[in-house]
Amino acid sequence: MNREYYGKLVFELSRPGRRGYKLPSNHLEGNVEQLPKDLLRQEAPELPEVDELTLVRHYTNMSNNNFGVDTGFYPLGSCTMKYNPKINDEMATLRSMAGLHPKQPVATTQGALEAYYILQRSLSEIGGMAEFTLNPYAGAQGELTGLMVIRAYHESRGDSKRVKVIVPDSAHGTNPASAAVAGLKVVEVKSLPDGTVDVEALRPLLDDTVAAVMMTNPNTVGIFEYNIPEIAKIVHEAGALMYYDGANLNPMLGKARPGDMGFDVMHINLHKTFSTPHGGGGPGAGPVGVRAGLEKFLPNPRVVRQDDGSYKLVYDKDSLGQVSCFLGNFAVELRALSYILSLGAEGLMLAGSLATLNANYIKEALRDLYLLPIDRVCKHEFVFDGLIDKSTGVTTLNIAKRLLDHGFHAPTIYFPLLFHESLMIEPTETESRETLDEFIAVMRDIAREAKDTPEIVKEAPHNTPIRKPDDTQAALNPVVTYKDLKA
Amino acid sequence: MTHRYFPHTEADIQEMLARCGMKALDELYSDVPEELKLKRPYQLPEEKSEKEVRDFFDALGRKNRTLTCFAGAGYYDHYAPAVIPSLLSRSEFLTAYTPYQPEISQGTLQYIFEYQSMMTQLTGLDVSNASMYDGTTATAEAMLMTVAAARKRNRVLVSATLNPDVRYVVMTYAHYHGVKVDTIAEDNGVTDLKDLEAKLAEGDVAGVILAQPNFYGIVEDFTGVADMIHKAKALMVINAVAADLAVLRTPGEWGADIACGDAQSLGMPLCYGGPYLGYMCTTKALIRKMPGRIVGATTDAEGRRVFVLTLQAREQHIRRDKATSNICSNQGLMALYATIYMGLMGNAGLRDVANQGYAGAHWLAKELEATGKMKLTFPDRPFLNEMVMTTSFPAKALIDEAIEHGILAGVRIADDRLLIAVTEMQTRAQLEKYVEIVKSLKA
Repeated sequence: MNREYYGKLVFELSRPGRRGYKLPSNHLEGNVEQLPKDLLRQEAPELPEVDELTLVRHYTNMSNNNFGVDTGFYPLGSCTMKYNPKINDEMATLRSMAGLHPKQPVATTQGALEAYYILQRSLSEIGGMAEFTLNPYAGAQGELTGLMVIRAYHESRGDSKRVKVIVPDSAHGTNPASAAVAGLKVVEVKSLPDGTVDVEALRPLLDDTVAAVMMTNPNTVGIFEYNIPEIAKIVHEAGALMYYDGANLNPMLGKARPGDMGFDVMHINLHKTFSTPHGGGGPGAGPVGVRAGLEKFLPNPRVVRQDDGSYKLVYDKDSLGQVSCFLGNFAVELRALSYILSLGAEGLMLAGSLATLNANYIKEALRDLYLLPIDRVCKHEFVFDGLIDKSTGVTTLNIAKRLLDHGFHAPTIYFPLLFHESLMIEPTETESRETLDEFIAVMRDIAREAKDTPEIVKEAPHNTPIRKPDDTQAALNPVVTYKDLKA
Repeated sequence: MTHRYFPHTEADIQEMLARCGMKALDELYSDVPEELKLKRPYQLPEEKSEKEVRDFFDALGRKNRTLTCFAGAGYYDHYAPAVIPSLLSRSEFLTAYTPYQPEISQGTLQYIFEYQSMMTQLTGLDVSNASMYDGTTATAEAMLMTVAAARKRNRVLVSATLNPDVRYVVMTYAHYHGVKVDTIAEDNGVTDLKDLEAKLAEGDVAGVILAQPNFYGIVEDFTGVADMIHKAKALMVINAVAADLAVLRTPGEWGADIACGDAQSLGMPLCYGGPYLGYMCTTKALIRKMPGRIVGATTDAEGRRVFVLTLQAREQHIRRDKATSNICSNQGLMALYATIYMGLMGNAGLRDVANQGYAGAHWLAKELEATGKMKLTFPDRPFLNEMVMTTSFPAKALIDEAIEHGILAGVRIADDRLLIAVTEMQTRAQLEKYVEIVKSLKA
């Protein structure tokens, strides 16, 4: 492929007078020029003028510079990059669903509401919760919504002192950021050397100013928080609630439910555990579940099944309010429902174990070359602290970039912040043993290269569509539009 | 057992377990306290084949009715060329992760750069983020941004003419974030500028959020408003229907500091509420206060023009609780949707769409008034493709009757008021049918 020719921006393919569309016509007179001139644009927008094939070729060639789950293996820790089944996309784009307007009377949308309700009930069963809302648009917004539920609960009891949320030092950056947006102050609790929360460090932090403790389980180093019953007990005794960040739910499928662990509120990333495509960043979905007694605080509207089997929308006065324009990213929800139906109870029960098996298999195969700071059975993911042999000067970043040369995505790097050279690997259950063996072989090769020919690793990647970009130049002098580029 | 999505054979499982020094899958969970373990199967249906999944969704679909859509209220039925779903289904776009590895993510990064370029053209502002969830949350984020930029001031004014869904979400975020929201009164369908002036004079205002066109479809005149707001040292935010900015005076031209809203109007399916596409644009001066991802151009080690995520020091994965927002993702694929739509339509196409909506809506309003049974609620106010009409019969009666003819007549916003939108999607015959239905109703 000739990158010079196909590397242009769509604006650079534009020629005045070309067009890529033809509208239907209602053959009616009148146009916007009849509006008062002051209300109209003074200057036309500079948008491209291209024909259809030019545009199709442009984006097709651009897609060739991209890597996706269908392209290759993503050992990307905490991101659960599993296979996205094709049937789900088809079910999400059926005209009978995609053609519905959010404001049309519910009598004409009973099928859509039923889909929402079935997914809501399925997630409640899997999470061990009383009820779910599917309205939040993404995991981060789910966290925010969950924290709002917790604040609404405390407010309803007239308890206004609770302004703090405790998060482990291993938490995703989103947790403290969501807490801040929800108007809560973040307090960190230390982890033990084995990666789990230090119960003795947590105990003195718990008082009547704590609204919630936010945890993932397994945590971000892939370790099951085995003290969770004790933690839930002391948190509840202090009058605070337990929040479950569902980012790492996948390995628990079929094994243990957050509700049974003592969590009161949780969110699920449908684009992780329930296989909806990441889309290069979105759209995702972040349903939020609550234990019995907290349902009324969930965001409006809620979908409720009536005794006659029909569905209605409920706007509750005790609700925390509205967090989305309607029922969330509905098409994403349909994909997740299609996935749950395709796996069935038995498939879902097995998914967690296979994801965990794959992670442990890689861990055991590489621990003689890569530093394993926490030596326990892991769940869906685990963390290496770079190479054991630190004398080569080869860093985690170098290893990540060298993997790109071999057709693998990089692992999550420099997270969690507990270690200097974190390299976090999560293979998911949909990867075959052959793929894992191939990945292991490449990781072993890279460790050997680090010793024999370190420059090759340090200068990686070599075979990717582009070489290392200059990030400093990008930040110092932001060029963020085509207009900037021409200036 | 096996499943079509799991590649593990029985032999694989046994051999892999052996490498981990184990004999059974359960041993992988030896660290989970017994009392926490789920000791029964999920109470969920059995595995379905693709055929059965299809049948299931088809059956659900038959319980819905897709209608000829005269409903708007922020979400509009527009035509999307076949090119868009076709390109969006390319799995290199669809199944990609966030572009944190620029060497293998130039496809995603480049379309976001193109998207940002197009959105700044539409809004008349300098910079755009890589998109947000939807218009309601983008506006809530804009509210937070004005408060963060103002530092000590903690009050935001919201026009009563802003879409109620947007207002509710802004109020939810504000309530928990500790921001005070006051509503600017409405004067005959538009923002009451005298009330705005009075509320600004009370002080402590960080930002003012206005709507264009507003919830009633009215194109508001913001002459002098930017000066009024800036004199009070507050930021001016305009929530605008993205597609309409191809023809309407832009937020940039009105002197706004932030433009935000939903870009669903750029040909996206209605999809019962989502996914849609939130957008946010601002001035160069405020770029470091803007939430969300930003893509910038730079060069690679061989001097080629390439694209990267930039100014990440604002974001949650670096700044944690000090970040400009908790948002991690953007609305990736929907930003690609908007980019391809704008690429195909160009300026001329977007103008044609606006003109058809204008012509259709004005024709329909005139014909409906001619029935003597409906009249424009705000007859003196200019509108583009959406208007409020007062009915001489219960608005619900029209909605119910129209559904019988496969038509969604609009959105009922009061017992005798209907919000009606027209786009290029309704044929002349369907417009005429609408008028006939109204004629048939008893006043």
